[in-house]
Amino acid sequence: MKAVLVRHLQNALGALGQLSRQPVSTALTIAVIGIALALPAGLQVLVQGAQRFAGSWQEIRDFSVYLRPGTTLAQAKALAEELGKRAVIEEVRVIAANEALADFRADPAFGDALRVLEDNPLPHTLVIRPDAAATTTDLDALRSELSARDDVDLVQLDTQWLSRLAAILDLVRRGVWFTAVLLAGAVIVIVGNTIRLDIQNRRREIEVSKLLGASDAFVRRPFLYIGAWYGILGGLLAVVVLSLGLLLLGGPLSRLLALYGGQFTGFGVDLATIVLVFGGGLLAGWAGAWVAVARHLSAIEPRV
Amino acid sequence: MIQLDRVTKLYRGGREALRDVSLDINPGDMIFLTGHSGAGKSTILKLIALIERPTRGQLLVDGRNIGRLPSGDIPAYRRQIGMVFQDHKLLEDRSAFDNVALPLVIAGLTRRETDKRVRAALDQVGLLGKERQSPATLSAGEQQRVGIARAVVARPRLLIADEPTGNLDGELSMEIMQLFRRFNQVGVTMLIATHDLALAGRIGGRHVVLSQGELAREETSVAAPQPAAGVRSR
Repeated sequence: MKAVLVRHLQNALGALGQLSRQPVSTALTIAVIGIALALPAGLQVLVQGAQRFAGSWQEIRDFSVYLRPGTTLAQAKALAEELGKRAVIEEVRVIAANEALADFRADPAFGDALRVLEDNPLPHTLVIRPDAAATTTDLDALRSELSARDDVDLVQLDTQWLSRLAAILDLVRRGVWFTAVLLAGAVIVIVGNTIRLDIQNRRREIEVSKLLGASDAFVRRPFLYIGAWYGILGGLLAVVVLSLGLLLLGGPLSRLLALYGGQFTGFGVDLATIVLVFGGGLLAGWAGAWVAVARHLSAIEPRV
Repeated sequence: MIQLDRVTKLYRGGREALRDVSLDINPGDMIFLTGHSGAGKSTILKLIALIERPTRGQLLVDGRNIGRLPSGDIPAYRRQIGMVFQDHKLLEDRSAFDNVALPLVIAGLTRRETDKRVRAALDQVGLLGKERQSPATLSAGEQQRVGIARAVVARPRLLIADEPTGNLDGELSMEIMQLFRRFNQVGVTMLIATHDLALAGRIGGRHVVLSQGELAREETSVAAPQPAAGVRSR
């Protein structure tokens, strides 16, 4: 078991040495793979950032429930307490009619006009903050239910733009996956072609090894390791490119988003993305090597 | 050890390389396959190395018909055989040491064991001082000796050589043949294809003469006197 591990380690290091002997072509291949991996990963990071940003707009999901005039404050509070226990609702705030009136009076635009009125025209209002996990479907259901109540006059809830944003993010997310799959395919083709050339260059070595009793696995192993290294090094480059890109774009983006009033938590390459980039690179590089090896290695049989 | 039992080999295109050839190779034999080019010498070696498969007849190794050996079992089978080629088939981008080490790397030996055995093999062919050199910087005779070291380093039971002296002049050829003789004396069965009848005659052993794909005759000659020093007991 130990001997097998040692042999694999030797193979892995040998493959790395093989790559270092052709620095220019290795660097070019790794650059192409790195860019191919950085592109979908970058989009992924942007989408993640946008999702967090949308999440920070939570207060815009708040909606107001205007109670029918004549409902007492005690009734309003009872209803608030009842609603507050629901899972989809995080908290319910009661704005009593006289508080609302005081607010309006304090506003110079309304102050004078309101002073003319003898009675308070404003109803008691419940401001409902939905739970972060509540979907738009949940909110729609809640609105219908509340609207149907006798003591509710009007429910003001605008989920439409939220639905649109969610739909757009969903679309972009799928686009990212589609791009990722396409570019992973590109990596497989690139590595496959590079390994094919490598196999041609080392044809003699393969022939001699087979004559000396090398198994297919023995002949195949160095090429699979080379493919894996391409993927890993490409992944490393992708993470570096990604970090640089975010460093460049991060500042302006925060300023832009701050203008929209969102609480911006910043973009970052999270661990999951890094694992995905490396894992994807490794897998694609290895798969590319497999394709090349499966197609070209068996064709090399020693001729004496 | 190896029996060819009425083996016929047809190449693609219908050329008949061997016709009904029967030959017994016993442990410890020193056999020269001689004959004109195209007589079938190389074909016999290729069949034994499983580079080619017999068209008809049986090829038995230790009583097992290897003519039908599955492809996946060929590598392990080949590791029991040492092979020497006319063009030595050394890898130019590796040192003499690394070339000789290749069969042991393939067999998965530890580095220490590999190191020890490669040095021993290079010592046996008199090249211990040149292990770090690339084959390209060695003379033709030295290159062939590296090839021989590679063939014996894994301690095969059988060593087959296809025109091992084809590119060498008389004196170097004799050195190579004497090297083979010494390996034979320590128990390696040898099967050597050569068109150099005179050289084979000076070494001695079984001489199998092929002609147009058929076994023409076999004779045994006694070895000419030759120095026996240089090879350690294995």
